[in-house]
This record gives sequence, C-alpha cells and structure tokens, in this order.
Amino acid sequence: MELLFLFEQVVNGLVLGGYYLLIALGLSLIFSVGGVVNLAHGAFYALGAYASLEIAKQLGWGASVVLSPVAVALLGIAFERFLLRRFYAADPILSLLLTFGLAMVAEQAIRIVWGAAPLPASMPAAFKGQVMLGDFMFSRYRLLLLAVVAAVLAGLWLLLHRTSFGRVVRAGIQRPDMVAALGIRLQPYMAAIVMLGVGMAALGGALFAPITVVHPAMGAEIITVAFVVVVIGGLGSFWGVVLAALLVGVVRGVTIHFVPAAGEASMYVLMFLVLLFRPRGLLGERIEKFE
Amino acid sequence: VTNDKRRHILKAGAVIAGSTALGYPAIVRSQSDRIKIGHLTPMTGFLGALGEYAVLGIKMAEEEINKSGGVMGRQIEVMSEDSVNPATAATKAQRMFERDGALVLMGEINSASALTIMQVAARNKRLFLQIGARSDALRSKNCNRFTFHVDIPVTVMVNAVGQSLVRENKVKDRTFYMLSADYLFGHDLLRAAKAFIAANGGKVIGDELVATDVTDFSGYMLKIRRAKPDVVCSNLAGNQVTNLVKQYAEFGLPFPMVGFNLNTADAWAAGEGNLSGTWPTVWMHDLDTPGSKAFTAAFTKKHGKPPENHAWIEYVSLKMMAQAMNETKSTDTERLIAYFEKQTEFEILKARKAYFRSWDHQLMQEAYPFTVKPKGKAKDKWDFVVLGAAVPAPNQPLELLAPTKAESACVF
Repeated sequence: MELLFLFEQVVNGLVLGGYYLLIALGLSLIFSVGGVVNLAHGAFYALGAYASLEIAKQLGWGASVVLSPVAVALLGIAFERFLLRRFYAADPILSLLLTFGLAMVAEQAIRIVWGAAPLPASMPAAFKGQVMLGDFMFSRYRLLLLAVVAAVLAGLWLLLHRTSFGRVVRAGIQRPDMVAALGIRLQPYMAAIVMLGVGMAALGGALFAPITVVHPAMGAEIITVAFVVVVIGGLGSFWGVVLAALLVGVVRGVTIHFVPAAGEASMYVLMFLVLLFRPRGLLGERIEKFE
Repeated sequence: VTNDKRRHILKAGAVIAGSTALGYPAIVRSQSDRIKIGHLTPMTGFLGALGEYAVLGIKMAEEEINKSGGVMGRQIEVMSEDSVNPATAATKAQRMFERDGALVLMGEINSASALTIMQVAARNKRLFLQIGARSDALRSKNCNRFTFHVDIPVTVMVNAVGQSLVRENKVKDRTFYMLSADYLFGHDLLRAAKAFIAANGGKVIGDELVATDVTDFSGYMLKIRRAKPDVVCSNLAGNQVTNLVKQYAEFGLPFPMVGFNLNTADAWAAGEGNLSGTWPTVWMHDLDTPGSKAFTAAFTKKHGKPPENHAWIEYVSLKMMAQAMNETKSTDTERLIAYFEKQTEFEILKARKAYFRSWDHQLMQEAYPFTVKPKGKAKDKWDFVVLGAAVPAPNQPLELLAPTKAESACVF
C-alpha cells in the first residue's frame, strides 16, 4: 500500500515536470542560440497569465489560451529586435543585467497596471475535478495540460530536427562562425527562437493561471525553477531539459511524500548533486563558444 | 593633487554646497513641523498584496487627519516602506528611528518581521503599534511594553471559526487533516487549532508544514485523498491559501474544508466557485455598521475597489494613534503607553468599541466567522461571502475568545 502511495507521487511528479517544461525549454533555447540567460523569461510567463485574463473577459477561456501567447510572442519580437540583439556578442554580465533589470521593470509595470493584489482566474467548470485511473487520482485539468505540453514538445522537436529552419538553428548553436561562413545570417533565426521561447512561457502563464495565484511576482517564482531545470538538464540539450524537468517533478513529489517541509528544497539538492558529478548537466553537450 | 583633479574636487564641492543651501531649510522645516510616523509592511513576497491595501488604508487616514487639522495642529507624515523580511525590517526600523526622525512605528503583517521590529522598538524605548501580524507568541512570550497589537491573535481566529463549527456539531468525533504555513505564524496557528480540536473531541490525523514559497499543492492533494479525513483544515497564509483553494477545487476532493486564516484579498483571488468552507475574519467590507459603510463607500470611490481587511485595520490604527497623541497632547512614548494602558475605548467602525488590554497590549474587538455564498448568488466579484454574527455576542465580554492571563506568558 505504502509503495502504491509513493508510486502515485512519482506519477504526479512527472505531470508536474511537464508543467515546468514549457518555461524551461524556451529559456534553454534562447540561451543555446543567443548565449543569453534570459532572466526576464518569467516576466513573459506572468504577462501571458495577465493577458489571458484580459482576453478571457472578452472572448472566453479557449480564445485566451491561444491569443495570449500570440500577443506575448509579438512582444518577444520587439524585445529581441530592440534589446536582446545588442547583447549577443557582449560580455554575458551585460545581458544578465539587462534581462534582470527588465524582469524588475516588468514586475513593477504589472503592479502599476493590474495592482499588487492577486487576480482571480478560473477554468471552465467542465475541466474541474478528478480522473481516477485505477487507484491513481489525477486532476482532469492537469491531464489536459500534459497533453498540450506533449503536443508543444513534439512540434518543437519536429521543427528543430526535421526542417531546414531547425538545421540552421542547431548548426548555429554548435558553430555560429561556420554558419556565417556559409552566408547564412543567424539574426532572423534568433528572432524566431526568442518569439517561440517567449510564446511558450506565455502559454505556460495562460494555462497555469487557473491553478496558481496570478500576481505580479509570479514570474520571479517560476524563473528559479526553470533555471534549475535548465542547469540540471544541461545547456543546449533538448532532451536534457525534458529529462531534468521530469526528474525535478519526481524528486519534489517523492520528497513531499516523506519530508513535506523539504519539498521546495529538494530540487536545489538535486542540482547540487548533478553539478558535483556532471558540471555540464545531465545531457549537456560541449559547446565551444561557452567553454 | 594635480590642477585638473583639484578643479574636479572644487566643482563637486560647489555642487554639494549649492544643493545643501537649497535643500537644507526644507528638511529642517519638515522636521520641526511634521509628526513623522514610520510605517513598515510587506509590499513584495507572499504577503505583498495585503501590504498594498495596508498602505492605501493608512494613507487614507493620513489624508483625512491632515485635512481636518492634523495632530495637535501639526501635519502628520506617514513614511511607508517595504519591510521585505525580518532582518531588513529590523534594519529599516532602526534607521527610521535614528535617521528619518520617526517618532513612532506602525504596521507589519508578517509575524516574523513584527517580532524583529518589536525588539528594535524595545531597544530604542519607542512605541510600535503592531497592526496586522497575528501570531500568539508576539503578545505572549515575546511581548514587550513598547508594543501594542491591533489585529486579532490566532487563538481568536481559531475560536471564531471553532465556535460556529461546534455549534453545528462538526468537531466532535471528526477527523482533521491540517496544512500549516511553515513559519512563526503558521506554527502558532497550528498549535492553537490542535488545542481547540483536542478540547472539543476531534482528532487530527494528518499534519503537514508547507514552505511559504510552495505554489504546487498536487502532492498534498494525493496525500489528503489517501488519508480520507472528515475535514481538511487550512492554517496557511497569504498566497498559499489561494493556491490551496484553487487546486483543491481543481482536484475536486469531496472533504469539506475549513480554515483558520483567510484575508479578503486572498479570497477574492481564488476565483469564482473555488472557495468553500468556514473562515474567520477581523473585518469585511460588507459589515453592516454606519462607520464601516461610510469607510467602504469612501475607499471604493477613491480606489475603484472595495477595501480589504488590511486597509480597514491600518485606517483605524492611524486614527487611534492620532487620537492618543491629540488627547495626551504629546508624542512622548511613556505618555502614549499610559493612554493606551488606561484601556481607553476606540471607535473602530464596528458595532462595539475596542480597547487595548492593559496586561498584554492586545486590542479587544469583535471578530466574525464567514461562509461562502452559493454559486450564482454573488452580485459581483467582490460579493461572495456571508458574514456571520459578530463574536463574542453582544451580551458577552469582548475578552471571551482571547487567551486568558493564565494561558499567556506575557510579563512586561
């Protein structure tokens, strides 16, 4: 019986890992291609949540989940074009400062526009409730969420590995100088990657709004977890991030089962151990420009 | 020193001298004219939303007091700052006394930060009106004679809800599963809740501490379902409560929920159809007294949204402080303490007046249990609560639900 409880927590942890993945994948992609750790990534997640609430008021929940990421992705293009682009070649400390500052500006802007008090957000009543699979309980909404994450993941993988766009991006990660020598400008690709990553973060915000608190600092909450996931998974590795997200979810679930008070601390311990034995992360590749 | 450098230094010196010539008189004047009040409250973090209302409430009282002539003919100036965390709160409190010219300190919501500010107040022998933190320990073993407490302590919150549960026969022989915030306040609430349940024949079958930065409660949902309690009981704080309530509705667990702490802002944030159960509150915007109605109307007109309980409590707290200064014609710590310790009665927009109990400096006032309106009955997004009758009842002493002298460890 005890073992069954534990197994249920492990499965729930996998679901939770999917939940982190939407944010972490974009963060990892932007870093891999542009060499920029986008500390403002959480701000786009928060904006996605707030935008979805505004859109839901006019057009309903379904439209909000689709339109909010699109709107934020467009904002992402402006972010790349006017700010990020100037920092690809610069000292990493500058882009860290830029995105860190931007995250604070965004949080305060949200506070000014929508107030510090958290906003109510609900899902359609049809998604509420539990689904029992055997003796395991799942939230119906989270299963839906998991399906969306799986679809996004599959789409992204196909884009990166089965299209000419993806070939250039992958080459750009490993050998930007070679790509340039072949006469391909990486900049439009970078804009597309930022748009994609930021849009995924916003999709996360829109999808999580009904099950978490929508408040100005929600971006700062998620960026830490996303960053830990990316570090554990290894920079530049698609499957590394997927593996790490699931692992963090499972470790957290198992810890909550045994030592509930240490639930949040568990992922940092995990990161510590991984970095101790594999400084590049679980599946991190050797990327020349970052060595 | 080369010529060039010297010229730089001279230039800089001139600028500084010029600016002091312009700026100094203004500073001197404001120091002699205004009565400065240091105000610390969390504006960020998991209690930040409550702090925003706290600032709006105290600012509104400040404006009203200044418009009607100030205190002893002088204008008051409330200096509000984010208290951030217990260590920063203490540093800022000391700075406000030492450098900013604050005569008294007010504010706080976080019990752990309130504790460090209390220590600073005692060290400086200055008054701290502790407004919004609810841990029992602050007015019991950690009490000091320089601090007065406005909000209801956790024992009162537990008793306010507990009494209505006992009346409906929902405690005896029932099993409870508890989730508690893992810091001073949550530990205190847990202790009070356990004592109440044990005293009334209930049984606690699960008891988990939850870190304040936890946003995902799915792991706890699984544990609750396995434990099959009769009642799920929340001793959480701030955003935690909203997260729990939303995810509890998400998973659709069948066990009824009660909670011993819920602020209106966190309830508003839960979203339609998610909140259920019985909860305590110190004040609610639809409280039916002439004073509360007028306050709610004025606040709503000014800010476009109804006041949260922290807006109300900061508003009446500054009014009490102004009354004390006006009546004693003084900002002297000892005279203000003596005025409060006389158990002077204050109008706090409730049916009954309130007073600070002399031996633990806790404000004695009415509290209310509330339940949630059935779906579809709310007029708007602010209106979803059914406020219960005030406790203690009009014919009972105000001290009925508070810890007794025997239960308290407070000595000054």
